[in-house]
Amino acid sequence: MAVRDKRSGNEAVGIAMRQMNPGVVAAFPITPSTEVPQYFSGYAANGEVDTEFVPVESEHSAMSACIGASYAGVRAMTATSSNGLALMWEMLYIASSDRLPIVMAVVNRALSGPISIHNDHADSMGARDAGWVQLYGENNQEAYDNEIMAVCVAEHPDVELPVMNCYDGFITSHSVENIELLEDDAVRDFVGEYRPGHHLLNPGAPMSAGPLDMPGYYFEHKRSQAEGMICAKKVILETADRFYELTGRRYGLFEAYQMDDAEMAVILIGSSAGTAKEAVKRLRREGVKAGLIKIRVFRPFPAEEIKEALKGLRAVAVMDKSEGFSTHGGPLFHEVSSALYYGDKDLLLCSYIYGLGGRDVRVEDILQVFKSLSDDIARGSAEPYCRYLGVTDKEKEEAADGI
Amino acid sequence: MDNMIEIRWHGRGGQGAKTAAMLLAEAAFDTGKFIQGFPEYGPERMGAPVTAYNRISNERILVHSNIYEPDYVVVVDETLMDTLDVTAGLKKEGALLINSPKSPAEIREKCGGYEGRIYTIDADRIAMETLGKNFPNTSMLSAVVKITKVEEEERFLESLQESFRHKFEHKPQMIEPNMQAAARAFREVKE
Repeated sequence: MAVRDKRSGNEAVGIAMRQMNPGVVAAFPITPSTEVPQYFSGYAANGEVDTEFVPVESEHSAMSACIGASYAGVRAMTATSSNGLALMWEMLYIASSDRLPIVMAVVNRALSGPISIHNDHADSMGARDAGWVQLYGENNQEAYDNEIMAVCVAEHPDVELPVMNCYDGFITSHSVENIELLEDDAVRDFVGEYRPGHHLLNPGAPMSAGPLDMPGYYFEHKRSQAEGMICAKKVILETADRFYELTGRRYGLFEAYQMDDAEMAVILIGSSAGTAKEAVKRLRREGVKAGLIKIRVFRPFPAEEIKEALKGLRAVAVMDKSEGFSTHGGPLFHEVSSALYYGDKDLLLCSYIYGLGGRDVRVEDILQVFKSLSDDIARGSAEPYCRYLGVTDKEKEEAADGI
Repeated sequence: MDNMIEIRWHGRGGQGAKTAAMLLAEAAFDTGKFIQGFPEYGPERMGAPVTAYNRISNERILVHSNIYEPDYVVVVDETLMDTLDVTAGLKKEGALLINSPKSPAEIREKCGGYEGRIYTIDADRIAMETLGKNFPNTSMLSAVVKITKVEEEERFLESLQESFRHKFEHKPQMIEPNMQAAARAFREVKE
């Protein structure tokens, strides 16, 4: 039985963690993820979970404590944002290379500087090569659902990799919306009991942890780590199928919205997908064949599936909520354009950087992107293909205001 | 009620505009609506202007942007009108609700030609007389519910009582005075 409720994204993730009753939660507060350990520490203090809650002195320590706990053979979870994730950097790579199935809510926030508490994807996009599976959600429901599915993906013996459950700071984390929660028992049954293949507290099978690799082994360990990421795609889909059986909510590698006969589409990640759906709905009412692809799984990247999904389209805008500074588009644009190298090269493809540091993204903004795509189709060119959405020229504005 | 109503709240840090927006979302949720309640976060401190938003709809809400053309604007602190254009984007079919001892006609003079309905409520006075403290948000919430017809009075007060039981778990003596403020606001809002 589903429980209809109204919760913010952070509350919902806190509840999911309570329902899964992890062995250890170690966290350090940082806006806008703070509420996740805050709610959870309440559950721990009230005895609603058996978890050892470790209020550490930094994010580096939070991840280190999760690594230690995971090595010891229990479920370990945490949450962070922005500079907190940046401070974990060193340990992120250690968690993934040691094949520890830690689950971390990443409440996406811009990286300093300038200091910004607001949403963009610079934090988790910066960590995209750290060897973690990355799931992204559009709203509170998806943040909740992904937190639960993340555990199954991380612990699967074919994967054994840590997972980031990413959702947008404030927009998703602090907005109260309708949600369907699962009963505690249903969540516990879904994730099952954790039975690690190897762990440090098993005297019957001693193991070494955090070893040095000489050149004779390092490469092989990295190759086997990559194999876990390759297998993750299949496991993510199997887990989503099981979740559908339980909830009726369907998840994939990405969501294709109104894509069947679409001539043009935007591809993006996170809460702006909802806003873009509203834009697509309006355009469809006018007879414009617009569509949307919302990326759910960024690591591993669903290159083959995206290539197929874009077949037959005429123009596509790939929208990134992080700069990347490559000077030729953001990280999602690079993934999509490299997938297309083996696909439809006639497609008019452009990159938009948008929504940095919490710049609000309106339905009208997305409509403007579609307008540009239809202009591109008319003139047969996507040049210049590196574009910005919603950035204003402050110098010109101030000059006009006489400042 | 139309299919979707959008509400923008203006208040000052510490007055409870965000809390009121969240409670309005809860009240509307209890009637089976789809809801959003979210603040626009900034470097918050006591007294600084804050904005919060509500969407209330019969259908699932997809949009996740701020609200630029609200159906209703609620101003929890009248002094904000000196520095903010509180009616910016406000639909003329909608309404403005202001916490003020003044009459709606007096407020209209300061509203730069806004043509829609204007309501006032002396929420500060109600708060002082019921709570003994200047927390006007409960009265503002109640007045919004009345104006927007999000919920019938009796049912709203029941659901509010339930919310307060949760919110004031450790300060149960706050429930009754807040309920009095809510009930008075329903009667004392002026058009």
